[in-house]
Amino acid sequence: MRRLLAAIPVLIVASFLSYALVALSGDPLEPLKLRNPPAPQRTIDLETERLGLDDNIVVRYGHWLGGVLHGDFGESVQSTYDIGANLTRATTVTLRLVVVAILLALVLAVLTGVVGAVRQYSKSDYALTFTGFVFLAMPLFWVAIVLKDLAVRYNKATGTTVFFTIGETSQGYSGMSPGAKLADVAGHLVLPTLALALITYAAWSRYQRSAVLEVLNSDYVRLARAKGLPWRKVLTRHVLRTALIPLVTVTALDVAGILGGAVITETVFNWNGLGRMLLTGVARADTDAVASWLLLAGLVVIVCNLIADALYAVLDPRIRHE
Amino acid sequence: MTALLQVEDLTVEFPTEDGVLPAVRGVSYEVGRGESVGIVGESGSGKSVTSLAVMGLLPRNARVSGSVRLLGEELLGRTDAELSKIRGRTVAMIFQDPLTSLNPVHTVGAQIAEAVLAHRDVPRQVAMRRATELLEIVGIPFPALRAKNYPHELSGGMRQRIVIAIAMANDPELIIADEPTTALDVTVQAQVLEALEAARRETGASLVLITHDLGVIAGHTDRVNVMYAGKLVETGTVDGIFYRPRMPYTLGLLSSLPRIDESGRQRLTPITGSPPSLLTLPAGCPFVPRCPRAESICSTTEPPLLPAGPGHFAACHFHDSVTSFPAPETPASVAPRPSDPILSVRGLVKHFPVRSRGVLRRRIGDVHAVCDVSFDILTHETLGLVGESGCGKTTTGRVLLNLEPATAGSVHFQRRDLVPLSRARMRPLRKDLQIVFQDPYASLDPRMTVNEIIAEPLRIHGRYGSDGRAQVRSLLKTVGLDVEHGNRYAHEFSGGQRQRIGIARALALRPRVLVLDEPVSALDVSIQAGVVNLLEDLQDELGLSYLFISHDLSVVRHIADRVAVMYLGRIVETAPVDELFLRAAHPYTQALISAIPVPDPHKERARERIILTGDVPSPVAPPSGCRFRTRCPKFPTLTDKEQRLCISDVPALVDHGEGHRTACHYAEALTLI
Amino acid sequence: MSEAVRERSQAELVLRRFLRHRAAVTSLVTLLVVTLFAFAGPLLWRYDYADITDDLSQSPSLRHPFGTDLIGHDTFAQVMRGTQQSVKIALAIALIGTVFGALWGAIAGLYRGKLDFLMMRLVDVILTLPSIAVAAAVAAQGVGRSQWWAIAFVLGALTWPYVSRVVRGVVLSLREQEFIESARALGAGNARIILRHLLPNALGTIIVTATLTIATGILGEAALSFLGVGVQAPDTSLGLLVSINKDAVNTRPWLFYFPGLFIILIALTINFIGDGLRDAFDPKQTRVRR
Repeated sequence: MRRLLAAIPVLIVASFLSYALVALSGDPLEPLKLRNPPAPQRTIDLETERLGLDDNIVVRYGHWLGGVLHGDFGESVQSTYDIGANLTRATTVTLRLVVVAILLALVLAVLTGVVGAVRQYSKSDYALTFTGFVFLAMPLFWVAIVLKDLAVRYNKATGTTVFFTIGETSQGYSGMSPGAKLADVAGHLVLPTLALALITYAAWSRYQRSAVLEVLNSDYVRLARAKGLPWRKVLTRHVLRTALIPLVTVTALDVAGILGGAVITETVFNWNGLGRMLLTGVARADTDAVASWLLLAGLVVIVCNLIADALYAVLDPRIRHE
Repeated sequence: MTALLQVEDLTVEFPTEDGVLPAVRGVSYEVGRGESVGIVGESGSGKSVTSLAVMGLLPRNARVSGSVRLLGEELLGRTDAELSKIRGRTVAMIFQDPLTSLNPVHTVGAQIAEAVLAHRDVPRQVAMRRATELLEIVGIPFPALRAKNYPHELSGGMRQRIVIAIAMANDPELIIADEPTTALDVTVQAQVLEALEAARRETGASLVLITHDLGVIAGHTDRVNVMYAGKLVETGTVDGIFYRPRMPYTLGLLSSLPRIDESGRQRLTPITGSPPSLLTLPAGCPFVPRCPRAESICSTTEPPLLPAGPGHFAACHFHDSVTSFPAPETPASVAPRPSDPILSVRGLVKHFPVRSRGVLRRRIGDVHAVCDVSFDILTHETLGLVGESGCGKTTTGRVLLNLEPATAGSVHFQRRDLVPLSRARMRPLRKDLQIVFQDPYASLDPRMTVNEIIAEPLRIHGRYGSDGRAQVRSLLKTVGLDVEHGNRYAHEFSGGQRQRIGIARALALRPRVLVLDEPVSALDVSIQAGVVNLLEDLQDELGLSYLFISHDLSVVRHIADRVAVMYLGRIVETAPVDELFLRAAHPYTQALISAIPVPDPHKERARERIILTGDVPSPVAPPSGCRFRTRCPKFPTLTDKEQRLCISDVPALVDHGEGHRTACHYAEALTLI
Repeated sequence: MSEAVRERSQAELVLRRFLRHRAAVTSLVTLLVVTLFAFAGPLLWRYDYADITDDLSQSPSLRHPFGTDLIGHDTFAQVMRGTQQSVKIALAIALIGTVFGALWGAIAGLYRGKLDFLMMRLVDVILTLPSIAVAAAVAAQGVGRSQWWAIAFVLGALTWPYVSRVVRGVVLSLREQEFIESARALGAGNARIILRHLLPNALGTIIVTATLTIATGILGEAALSFLGVGVQAPDTSLGLLVSINKDAVNTRPWLFYFPGLFIILIALTINFIGDGLRDAFDPKQTRVRR
């Protein structure tokens, strides 16, 4: 509960900073002013009025934040654009990608981390370590493009559409049966989540490996073995049960980075999700839209961290009692 | 009848970056049924590795050869799955550090039950019931309740008893205990050893007791194996080893020990040098560089174990003529000891705030670390400050030097009160008041050479002039270090040498008072004696006054002139050293003294022992009145009316004459040694 | 033990251990070659990155080892220029991020208490937001947009919180060490403790973190350029090269793969070097030797 209280000011300051940065770094009316023939002064005045550009930044921020608290995400530069509705829609799209990618990355990280630690200094350990380093060194968009290219080539070669490479759903999605919808969404998820997960798991895997190594060398694992427990039981009951706990925190800390990664992945695969929303907003210098976007991202990150804290307390009795 | 355990020519090697490390070099010994065998040796002697090899618990990169037979069956070369059927059932093991030996995420009951279930096909409830029974046997109150606790909720002593309960879960034939009490306080050590004896009575198991503490060995074993540099160098009955040792190393160990049953100021006999690096073992006997009896044959031929009496073997070419270790010369005359106080502490209090987690970090309580402590340190004397971990002795030392601000009270040095002084005001006084820390590894900056370390105080106080180098060299000489080694880094030295560096640094400014915070606790016994002698010599030469903080009463008995005993932040008794050890009047002091094992089998087994129950209460909420009453062995024998006084009134330090002062309403002198 | 002791300075020890890490040494050599290629190569190569040749869309040949693009740019020259720019930006990011982050973290760790609390909450604020999104939002419109130093500045400003967390952790654990306490007992002032004790002991960690920051910088620049808010044509960077050629991956793969491989090569070698440095500085290894 205390952590929650500490999180609120952090979030408010973060959102003010981002609001100010976006508002100060560009003029949303630039396209209007530079238009040829020039837009009438009255139009510019009206837009200035509607977007509240004459007010100072603190007032604008206060106005916007007040609206947000009532469910109104402010005025877009494009007057027909409903920021709130778009945010909701884009979030449902992007959350699929983020959640599945995190789960996939966790599975990969735990598997490779545990194998690497248990077989420390073996060939498989070296191979896993090297693979991890390579993924750590790859730009996400590069991996995504390569995956997409491979999928396209495969589709072409087999003359089928095994892999979906464009968009988050197929055209005609709204007319599908629920089962077909699910299959369609899943199909479109495969490549983007794979790209995002491959880039994400590598760091976690290194972390998991050292956590398992530490537990393997601990006195309580030695005592568990001295009790006569078979190795497999030692591994599951003592090593995994304790070595998985810290991964919870690490995952939560990386959520912000993964959201950023989702923006890039979506761009490569032409998704209409949070990524496109952000980039469109940025291109238009759409302060309210971008600030709302960042506020949401911050909220997601903070909520994830709070969940991680709670989960940690459930898993680790030493924290539970404090 | 064959022995229970037969180890023959056991060799263990570890490949390292610097070459192959022979940790155990051809060790053979036996353990009979119901027998208790002690293995003594210093760190790195191979005593732990030997028993881990028996259990098959060595790291994977270890290379093991020789033979380990349990009940006649060979264990080496078996798979881990086969060995896991023996581990915990026929042979059980207890490790050194109870704080890390239990898995933090499972309850202790579950961890004991797990040991039962590993070898018996019984329902879980049955295993849990057995766990509760076992907790009862090792002396844990409210066993059914405690079984539901997680390890971090229990004290170190309780946790070690739980480890013992795990060891006896399947009635093993053999229990191997590897330094089972080293990490514990003496009064808790007594409890744990009692639990270990209970486990042996219950299971009839044989015991292999590995320890560096010769007192524990004297009290709890039938036969003793002494290890040095990966080899067994002497083996015999406990009486044989203690009363008729035949190997210079064993002789040296025994004579280097400060003893609680001998009054002080007799010089200890140190073993010079330090154990050899196993990576670069010389050809002959590895003890040669430190041995006063060494002759030319010793450096060429490593002696095997030679018969030296009935059931007694010693690895020494001269075992039949070695009978004593030459004692160092006692200093000619001890300077007269004036008796005016150089440092006066009055009513010293130190509270540490306990804060809530989170943003507000409100103060939710105080740790009463030091509570109304008063004492004087006289010129040229050593005041011993003793007590168990958490009693506030270290905090007292730090507050005394203004390294930590005092909550209340005064510390007078040269007619000035140190407590209100700012850091800048304190600086010139630091020349006179210095400190030597416990951990010789942590207290020296790893990025500085020894010369830089010793020069630092001189530079800080602007005394590193043109003769700076010469000063550093002479300090190195003073503490017995090679002047040529000054440009090396601290990590290249052994523990004893590092502690000498720390002493040289503290002496650089020619201080008048030295706070010695457990200066020899981290050192092996054979090294300890040398450092203790050095401290005594320095005191006589330089007229220093020492505050010697220690949990080790034997060392304190040896070095101190007067002793103050602390319990939970308060001084409970203070007296001249012999008076305190011979006529202790506070029940806590009595329990402490009786808990210290004496390295003399006959004496040790005949001693009356006061075993304290329970654990030290939390210093956040200390008991009212007398803080010791919750564990006091005397308290339950008092009448209700008498008890009420203990509960309501803090006992004052009352003088019984000759500076013997006791803070107990019902003090009564007792001789325990 | 005295016989076994050999005299070695601390720097020598670190170097010796680093040299034992084969992957790190190989990486260091590779990275040096790549840097040399990027900075000295253009002086020797027959084409400038801005040259437009008559060879359009050619696959790799002796004349154009990395091929050419649609309008005749020599990709080899462009990759050299791109590497130059990317390395420059990454180094600047690392410099800004490390200097500022180390100072911030050290001050927070040294003063602790309320100041530390506030300083670390600011770090939380920045870490709460997806840095690539913030960078995109700022870099798209900001002053001096698309200048290499502006990109470095934005990414550096988003990097320092990571560095400050690491450095704070090191400072916090160091100040609890007994040797700091003993320096204080000798009468050492704050300046001396920081300069003579904390800094030399924290240096290893700072160097390792700085190294790893360079790799993040390379990747960060590439991501920004991909989103269209990084380096802008006519100048170029590795990220921009990959990005503008992403649609050519199928038809003229050399345009896409060569710059991409350079990014990976640089980031990979830096990570291995960082790993090697970490092992070399690890004080645990200094301890076991007795």
